[in-house]
Amino acid sequence: MYAPGVNSSTTLSSSSSYNNDRPPSAEAVEVATDPASGGFFNSDYKKHDDLKQMLDSNKDNLKLEAMKRIIGMVAKGREASDLFPAVVKNVVSKNIEVKKLVYVYLVRYAEEQQDLALLSISTFQRALKDPNQLIRASALRVLSSIRVTMIVPIVMLAIKDAAADMSPYVRKTAAHAIPKLYSLDQDQKEELIQVLEKLLYDKTTLVVGSAVMAFEEVCPERIDLIHKNFRKLCSLLVDVDEWGQVVIINMLTRYARSQFTDPNLQDVDEDEESKRPFYEDENEVEEEQQEKRAPTLDPDHRLLLRSAKPLLQSRNAAVVLSVAQLYHHTAPRSEVHQVAKAMIRLLRSHREVQDIVLTSIAATATRRKVMFEPFLKSFFVRSSDATHIKLLKLEILTSLATESSVGIILRELQTYVAAHDPPFVAAAIQAIGRCASNIKEVTDTCLNGLVSLLSNKDQAVVAESVVVIKKLLQTQPSAHREIIIQMAKLVDSVTVPQARASILWLLGEYSERVPKIAPDVLRKMAKTFTSEEDIVKLQVMTLAVKLCLTNPKQTKLLCQYVLQLAKYDQNYDLRDRARFLRHIIFPADAESGGPTRLSKQAKKIFLAPKPAPVPESHFKDREQFQLGSLSHYINTKANGYQELPPFPLEAPDPKARDVETEPQVMEQAPLFTAKKVSSKKDSTFYSDTESPEDESEEDENSSDEDDDDDEEEEASSSDKDDDDNEDEESSGLEEKLPIKVVKSTAKPKSDEEEEEDESDEEDSSSESVSDSDSEDESSEPSSVPKKQVRNAKPAKESTPVAKPKSNLDLLLDLDDVSPAFTPIMTPSLGGFLTPMSTPSSQVKTQLFPDIQPASAVISPNTTSELLNKINSNGLEIKYRFTRSPHLYSPSMASAELTFHNHGPDELTDIRVGEKPTSGGVSIHDFAPIPSLSPGSSLMGTIGVDFADSTQPVNFEIKIGSDRTYPVALKVPVGEVIRAVAMSEELFLKQQGGLRGMNENTAKLSLTKPCTDLKSLTNKILTVANLGVIPNSDSSTLRFAAQTLSSKSTVLVSLLSSDNQNLTITVNCEKMVIGSMLITQLKACLAD
Amino acid sequence: MEKHWKSVISRSVCDYFFDHQRKASSPEDIPPVIATPHHYLISVYRSSMFFVAVCTTEVAPLFVVEFLHRVVDTFEDYFSECTESIIKEHYVVVYELLDEMLDNGFPLATESNILKELIKPPNILRTIANTVTGKSNVSSTLPSGQLSNIPWRRTGVKYTNNEAYFDMIEEVDAIIDKSGSTVCAEIQGYIDCCIKLSGMPDLSLSFVNPRLFDDVSFHPCVRFKRWESERVLSFIPPDGNFRLMSYHIGSQSIVAIPVYVRHSLCLRESGSGGRLDITLGPKQTLGRTIENVVLEIPMPKSVLNCGLVTNQGKYTFDPVSKLLVWEVGRIDVTKLPNIRGTISLQSGSPPVEANPSINVS
Repeated sequence: MYAPGVNSSTTLSSSSSYNNDRPPSAEAVEVATDPASGGFFNSDYKKHDDLKQMLDSNKDNLKLEAMKRIIGMVAKGREASDLFPAVVKNVVSKNIEVKKLVYVYLVRYAEEQQDLALLSISTFQRALKDPNQLIRASALRVLSSIRVTMIVPIVMLAIKDAAADMSPYVRKTAAHAIPKLYSLDQDQKEELIQVLEKLLYDKTTLVVGSAVMAFEEVCPERIDLIHKNFRKLCSLLVDVDEWGQVVIINMLTRYARSQFTDPNLQDVDEDEESKRPFYEDENEVEEEQQEKRAPTLDPDHRLLLRSAKPLLQSRNAAVVLSVAQLYHHTAPRSEVHQVAKAMIRLLRSHREVQDIVLTSIAATATRRKVMFEPFLKSFFVRSSDATHIKLLKLEILTSLATESSVGIILRELQTYVAAHDPPFVAAAIQAIGRCASNIKEVTDTCLNGLVSLLSNKDQAVVAESVVVIKKLLQTQPSAHREIIIQMAKLVDSVTVPQARASILWLLGEYSERVPKIAPDVLRKMAKTFTSEEDIVKLQVMTLAVKLCLTNPKQTKLLCQYVLQLAKYDQNYDLRDRARFLRHIIFPADAESGGPTRLSKQAKKIFLAPKPAPVPESHFKDREQFQLGSLSHYINTKANGYQELPPFPLEAPDPKARDVETEPQVMEQAPLFTAKKVSSKKDSTFYSDTESPEDESEEDENSSDEDDDDDEEEEASSSDKDDDDNEDEESSGLEEKLPIKVVKSTAKPKSDEEEEEDESDEEDSSSESVSDSDSEDESSEPSSVPKKQVRNAKPAKESTPVAKPKSNLDLLLDLDDVSPAFTPIMTPSLGGFLTPMSTPSSQVKTQLFPDIQPASAVISPNTTSELLNKINSNGLEIKYRFTRSPHLYSPSMASAELTFHNHGPDELTDIRVGEKPTSGGVSIHDFAPIPSLSPGSSLMGTIGVDFADSTQPVNFEIKIGSDRTYPVALKVPVGEVIRAVAMSEELFLKQQGGLRGMNENTAKLSLTKPCTDLKSLTNKILTVANLGVIPNSDSSTLRFAAQTLSSKSTVLVSLLSSDNQNLTITVNCEKMVIGSMLITQLKACLAD
Repeated sequence: MEKHWKSVISRSVCDYFFDHQRKASSPEDIPPVIATPHHYLISVYRSSMFFVAVCTTEVAPLFVVEFLHRVVDTFEDYFSECTESIIKEHYVVVYELLDEMLDNGFPLATESNILKELIKPPNILRTIANTVTGKSNVSSTLPSGQLSNIPWRRTGVKYTNNEAYFDMIEEVDAIIDKSGSTVCAEIQGYIDCCIKLSGMPDLSLSFVNPRLFDDVSFHPCVRFKRWESERVLSFIPPDGNFRLMSYHIGSQSIVAIPVYVRHSLCLRESGSGGRLDITLGPKQTLGRTIENVVLEIPMPKSVLNCGLVTNQGKYTFDPVSKLLVWEVGRIDVTKLPNIRGTISLQSGSPPVEANPSINVS
């Protein structure tokens, strides 16, 4: 490999400079590459001359060869910086491989040779404009890797450009460059975050992973940047590359911990469980019961868990473990066990993976035994495992031991004791001890087993057993006199200091049980005192003192002797201890003239009952770290570790995650918060008497307790930011909110803001509904047309006062849910700037401010066929009008579509094709259906503005790329109107204005006499979406509605002169509607 | 060999690693993560080489471990084996590969299909061609696969013979106690593929009894949803060799172990040494023959040498690692393979139980 040509280089070195234009002669080059010319004896300072020579040549292969050798030097860690000028010149090389290697070199040495590195910058700047995306990307990659502070502005500019590049690959590189620049210059943070924000919005899977990585490095605290991307991240998660998945999941874990409430809040405290392992089973039962009434998860929380779950099947262990930690840290307890299986699978992977996974399992197992219990056998040690893996497995086995499983575990442990791996054997014995003390049933068996180990031939085994037995005996010393005697005998044979010390301590502690043996042992130990280890010496002293107190007659002298010996020991610890003990036991009588207070209490001091040690897993304290993190593994805080925040007591505003890609809308986002803050203040406006402070609390109760409809039912504003008292109850309420529905206030209000309120009301309700719905559909691109945003009433902007109310309004009136009115939502459209009506119609409605939309009382069940299965080869679509306003626009009637696939094949990508554009008719598509498997059905919602006509609306349904079916959506006249509520006087007044041409009257006699007005009402309401008007006259029924598009009033009155004969009057501005309606009503009543 | 991202770290950090290496009795015993005052060393041990990554800040250790393994896999893919000498020989390619795989400490391209398009794997033919034509083995265009949503497959694949091979490997792992009863047994299976198909094939693979799998893991190309709903593997395969899925059949199901071992081993303390007598036999084979049987016994340290006689196959004993390996080969039902003989022991050392572990393939 090393083939320098010295001969030529020495001759040339004097004449050639780096900028030498004269190419080296062909001969010289040839000699230079000739390995036979040999160059092992050249001196160091000339060593690189030949390389420079080759770099200066104009032949690519020579340059390449030189670069390869330089890279070889770099790789070996040898200094190659003196070649920098020669190498940098080649950055312009056309040969892509030379270029690549120069890049590699440049990145390595640029920091040391800043000035020279600057020479190369212009090349990169040119390369950044290259049409080849690979070159653009690699130029940015190298440019950002050059750690020279001077080029920071250039890099910044380059990153900004690249972040907006067409190619996702370049954008990915830009994301990578962000942390590099950040580490180079921290001051750029703000600007970088802006770029990062843009990158986070990217929808390409290639970019997202890197963007989140950059986010984690640059500004992990800016969790607010994630809100808008949360759902997107969840839905893209499966498709992101493996490394990105790990980073995203880890970040989302932190996010979930800060944004969602603890799903296990109502469960028993987990610590309790581990504190009382004996009652494990009972706890589990309790837990299960509690899980049943566990609070529902935030839909976003659920979305996160659901989208992460398939990744448990990833081939990449890091991904699996990160999902496992996500579940461990954020999932409800009942779901955590799902990850166990996947973690067990990882145990079949490489040794290093095993080690890390086992560490995680060990930590988890201390808290969640149940999770791994079914897999107990997977932790059985194999003889081929490495020692540290064996130890981890033992640790897990002992943590998992319960009454039922301890038998199997002990049998395994017994086998392990016979292994020939000393640390492992020792750990196995300790494990037996831990099982014994944790599970009372087996203590005796274990103890017997351990005692039998005392006769083992292996010193280490005996010693370890002694130590363990000592700990066990402390828990129940009374019964085991024999064991103590047997152990006392061992003092002669055991040499391991730890074991000797343990025996001595035992004897001292329980000397009264073996009154004859203890002094004898002390005598023996006193003889050998000087040759013992320090730890043994300390225990000899302790033994001596204890015996001296219990049996002074026999041992006082011995004790004095031992202390005397210790006084002159080399170890100062021992000397100190000896002095300290001497003064307590043998107070200097001469000076004080009697026993001191201390010596009187000596017995209490030394022979106090000592609590038995509780063997604990040393994985217990690891809970503080995020599972699977480096800090968790080494059990100390690693540099740059991000702590996992505790769950918030109350979830921050989930609305923050609503996706609104419309930039205009985004700018409005702060308004949400403003609204929240002020909503409480405004609430006094509605609740006349209560003080604002009391209100929120009282309301919480009232909303839960009485569901009867008063004039103004008030619910808590449940304003999370303000309300500290909010407890679980209210958060539960909070969860229910989105499903509850606005019912318009019955009390008429005369101020002009009414209309405002209304629209805001619907807006905010749509927002909250979007929370629950969008889970399924959030990936759907939002398409709020800009035009309509601009159409929004100017009044809205000019009266910001009205806005703060909207949240409250929503909450105030929720009650008495009529399912028909539940606004159905295409989620991304729920932005609160969505226009509710066109300006022209406003003018009209403002003439009659007391007319308010009411919810439909009956929602018809009749379904009609939109697309026949025979026509479409299997796809059947049925529709039904729900009588709820479509959220896209109030002038649209929403129809519920039911898709059913009768065919044998899966249908993909079902969507609306061509739509009508003329005549004011418009359609808002249902969310495209990506696939419909055979036999299954799905629901969708379509919004249609019929422009107050009953003409069928024709459009196309597309399936896949090539199948198109024309369909016609027919609408009964009763569905192009919407029920409204108004007072009786107003009704009469309006009716008076709609006489003549606008009035249609019909008389009919019923076939069978009708006694009950209610059944008549029902009949009418089934046919048409009308609102019932409160009535003073018993013989008359009055109904009111508005047409959907133009908001023209439709009034229906029914006069029954007797039980048989009826007069129907329909007053409507739109004569066609009026006449059609009366025909329909007649038909239905005649039945 | 070293490569730096972010900032340069002196080679001396490795001293911590060497310390641990010296302390450990076997290379497997080195902990994968070593914390030093300022750095964290994360290492993997593959084909008797250590690959050490040095990091300064918090990172998921598995992330690094997985990446290092992926690096080694890629080397093996490129150079067909990954040894010290091969890496030394191809250091430039290695360097280029590392440069593509990692950017600023974050993995960039790890799919071998992509990498192979960026950097052509070396072979003799290409080396000659390159020297003649002056072309390099570094591609100048971005592989299109990188941009598609199937990053694992390169585009424009063409074969004259379209073939797909599936290789099913199953490993049975069992712990058997002294009396011969199974303590636990589990199966780890892999499906390795070699797919040589043109264009963008979309394959699906269905199983007779997918419920048997306890747990599975897939190559990213497999569609999770299809598996979850229909238990069918539907995928667009990468080009060439890859592992499609691995599965695990756990200790709950009953696993048939194909062989049994009848053994008697006694190691006595006296100078005469111990005796060993092992007979292998097939079990529940359903008529299939068992081949390539290898028996390994790690002997206790006190064993000096073995004088054994086999009626089939041959045995080796490595006095350094104390490993007795008996290559049995095929098991013939009529004449069961047997190994017997004496074992000479170092005098004065206590007898220890041997744990035979059997490797059947």
